[in-house]
Formats: sequence, structure tokens, C-alpha cells
Amino acid sequence: MTGPRERGAFVSGARLASLAVPAVVFVAALTAWEVVVRLNGIQPYVLPGPLLVLKTLVSDWDILAQSLLTTLITTLEGFIAAALGGIALALLFNQSRWLEWALFPYAVVLQVTPVIAIAPLLLIYLPQQTAVVTCAWIVGFFPVLSNTALGLNSVDRNLAGLFQLYGASRWQTLRYLKLPAALPYILGGLRIAGGLSLIGAVVAEIAAGSAGAGSGLAYRIAESGYRLNIPRMFAALVLLSVAGIVIYGLLALVSHLVLRRWHESALGKDS
Amino acid sequence: MSSSPSPERAADVAVRLRGVTKIYESGVAALGPIDLSIGRGEFVSLLGPSGCGKSTALRLIAGLASPSSGTLDIAAASSAPRPGHRIGFVFQEPTLMPWTSVRDNVGLPLKLAHVPAAEARTGIDAALAQVGLSDFADAFPRELSGGMKMRASLARALVTRPDILLMDEPFAALDEITRFRLNNDLLALWRSLSMTVLFVTHSVFESVYLSQRVLVMTARPGRLSAEIKIDADAPRDDAFRASAAYAGYCRRVSDALAPAYTGVHAL
Repeated sequence: MTGPRERGAFVSGARLASLAVPAVVFVAALTAWEVVVRLNGIQPYVLPGPLLVLKTLVSDWDILAQSLLTTLITTLEGFIAAALGGIALALLFNQSRWLEWALFPYAVVLQVTPVIAIAPLLLIYLPQQTAVVTCAWIVGFFPVLSNTALGLNSVDRNLAGLFQLYGASRWQTLRYLKLPAALPYILGGLRIAGGLSLIGAVVAEIAAGSAGAGSGLAYRIAESGYRLNIPRMFAALVLLSVAGIVIYGLLALVSHLVLRRWHESALGKDS
Repeated sequence: MSSSPSPERAADVAVRLRGVTKIYESGVAALGPIDLSIGRGEFVSLLGPSGCGKSTALRLIAGLASPSSGTLDIAAASSAPRPGHRIGFVFQEPTLMPWTSVRDNVGLPLKLAHVPAAEARTGIDAALAQVGLSDFADAFPRELSGGMKMRASLARALVTRPDILLMDEPFAALDEITRFRLNNDLLALWRSLSMTVLFVTHSVFESVYLSQRVLVMTARPGRLSAEIKIDADAPRDDAFRASAAYAGYCRRVSDALAPAYTGVHAL
């Protein structure tokens, strides 16, 4: 047995290592990349080094920031539509089996058909911005729908019996039992939908880019590609990754804050 | 509190089952046919082996399932606003909503019945005081011990001031000391609130300690095989638990229960 002191030291040591190891590997990888580029004299239009990417990020910030904002707005709109649409549809399905039988197949079809193949059609039928947001929505709504549906059907049997015993109305059962019970599942679905909305937005921007409009990050990447401005491509890519990480982190944080008082997933090991 | 005999007059009957059976859709016969009547204010235990249908009987009486045949009468008190609220149900698990406080859990039946907030608050405080949980009103279920969770569950059943309290092996998962305490508190509540209690258990000792009448069931599909009156008057306390009378009753109930286990292999 280790004493509390050694144990504490061990735990904080492990914690330090869990932060230090990925950081060291990250820096080492970047260094190796830079060294390989320099030693072999690789041209920037083939493969820029990380330092050049960083420099481009700073020098092209005005253009890139503008594009980032555009993409983020599209993502946000798609995400909100996916969240509202997914939850609303799951609630409808939960209240009516007929609706579920009638509509669920189409939800699956939308989900399994690659969005990159749907985007060009949407761009023909819908205004540019609507089409892009629709793509983000299509990709994002299914995990919200299926997770919410799963959550609504995962209510404790005895609790459901209790609501029945006390003559709860449909609305009361939904409001006080099913929705709270489904909340962890809904938040899980939203966490997935956040990242997927970004993917949907990017895919649609790339498809729309050929139609010659928009200034999102994905369009910047395509445009930089045509111009062989590879450093800017990388810089835009970095921004996209960071945006995805931040979106995921924010949603995970929200989930934690909402569930921390009662759900296993948000409780500490020793509480 | 003299122990009441089997109720004869209709007015004294709280629950009556006549020829009740329950057959599940799968074709499994779970219960019966079973005839029983429970008098107003009686404390009756339903004792039987696992899977004999005693929980099913309770769910039928609560209206959570309907019988496949037979008739089931529940006497509703004249003051009852809604019949369902005259029955309290305590499950084997505490069955609390993990996402909200003990206060909100206990107040759930009142909220579902649209009882005004101020009135509900008084009722909740009273129910919490009855089970000794007044200091834990704002705790969340996960912060409570097993016994306290069960107390919260009991408070929720009591908050509508039910005429009939149905309990489905409520203390089976608790340690012995906690169970003894809850047994005593339950008896005290039963006396002060003059409820009818139907208590399902598989513990011979618990059934004898608590009830005025023990109904013994056979293996599935459960029927009544014996009825044993426990004529010991109050106080039921540790002295009663140590008495020869108690031991005698336990012997008799065990003997009545034994046939339910013969011929049932793999138990």
C-alpha cells in the first residue's frame, strides 16, 4: 500500500504526464516536419513548413478571419437547425408510431446518402446560403434524432409506472419524465452534431465554390489550391481543425455543466 | 389496535380479488386464480417464492396492469378526488428521478395532480418529516444512502395521504439494521395514519414481524396456499423479535411456505 502522500504525488505525476506527453509529441512532430522540409529544400508550393504556415496565418489573417466567421455562422445555423429539427422529430416519433413508420426511412436515407453527392442538387434548387445551411443540417440532425429517440425510450419502467399510477397526462409524462431522462442522450447527440455541422458546412462550401460564390474557409482552401498557395491552404486547414475542437469542447462543457449534479457521465470517480 | 379478522362486511373491505388471473401475452401464467380480501386498516403480507406472481398481484391492484380474468374491487374513500391517488406504491427499487432533488421527487404526485405550490409544500414537508428526511429535502438521490433513498420513496407514496399503501419488497436490498429500523418506522406510520398496507416480501421474518395476517403463495402461477394470523398485539419491537411467540409464528409460516419450494428445481 502506498501512503496518501506518495499516492497523491503519483496521481499528480500521472496527470502532469498526461498533459506533457501529447505536448512533447506535438512539438517533436512539428520540428521533424520543419527539419524535413528544410533539409530537402522542399518548395512551399509542394509542402510548406509549420513556421511558414504560422507566418501565413498571421499575414493572411484578415482574409482568413473573414472566411472563418462565414463558415462558423453557417455551422451554427446548421447546428441549431439540426438540434431543433432532430429533437422535434424525435418527439413527434415518440408521440406517434404512425409518423415514425412514415418518416423514419427518409431520415435514414438522408443520413446514408453522402452529403457531397446531395450538395450540388441543393445548390440548384435552393439559394446559395440556404443550400449550404441545409447541408450542415442534413449531416447534423440524424445523431440528434436517433439519440433523442433512444433517450425517450430509455425511461425507467417503474418510474413510468409511477407516472401512470398518478394519472399523469401525456404532456406531464413528456415534460417531467421523458425529457429529463433523455437529456444525457440528447446532449450526446448534440456533441456529435456540432462536429458534423462543421463538416456539412465545409462540404457544401466546397460544392458551392465551383459555383463561384461564398467566402467560407472551405472556399479559401479550394481557391488557394487552384492558385498553388499551399501555405494558405494549410493555414485555413489549421483554423478549421481549431474550430472543430472548440465546438466539441464547448458542447462537452455545456453537457458537463447541465449533468454534473446527477448523471454518471459527469460525476467524479470518488463522488 | 386489535388485529382484525378477515373482513366479512363489504364496507370494511379495502381490496378484494375474486378469481383473478394474469396470463402474459407470451402465454406464461403468472398468477392465480387468486381470491383475497384485505380489510380497511389491515396490515397484510403477501409471502411467496421468487417469481410466484406476488409483484404481479400488486401491480394489478395498483392498476398498472389489468387482470386476464376475475374481478378486482378497490374501495375508494369518499373524499378521494381521483381514485388513483388513494393508492400509494413503493417499488423494490427506490425509483427516484435522479435529476432532481428529494423534495421534487416526493412532491411528484402532487405536481401531477396540479396541487397548488404552497399546499404541496406543506404536504411534502409533512411527508419528509414522517420518514425522518426533513434535513435532506434539497439533496439529490445519489447523495443518499440506500435506506434514505427508500425513505424518500416511502415519503413520495405517503404524500397523497393514501388509503391503501402497496409495497413491493421495498426493503429487500437493505442491510439488516437499516431494514429493522424501517420496519419499525413503517409500523409506527401505519398505526398513526390508519392506512391499509399490503406488503409483498419473500422474508418469513419480515412478514411475521410486520403484519396482522400473512398470506402464503404457491410457486408460479401463484395461488394462496395458507393464511396465518399473527395475533400478537403491539408493541412489536426487539422484545417481540426475541419472543417465543415470534419464533412460533415464523415456524408456522415457514412450514406453510415450504411446499412452494418443493418440486421447483434450480432454485
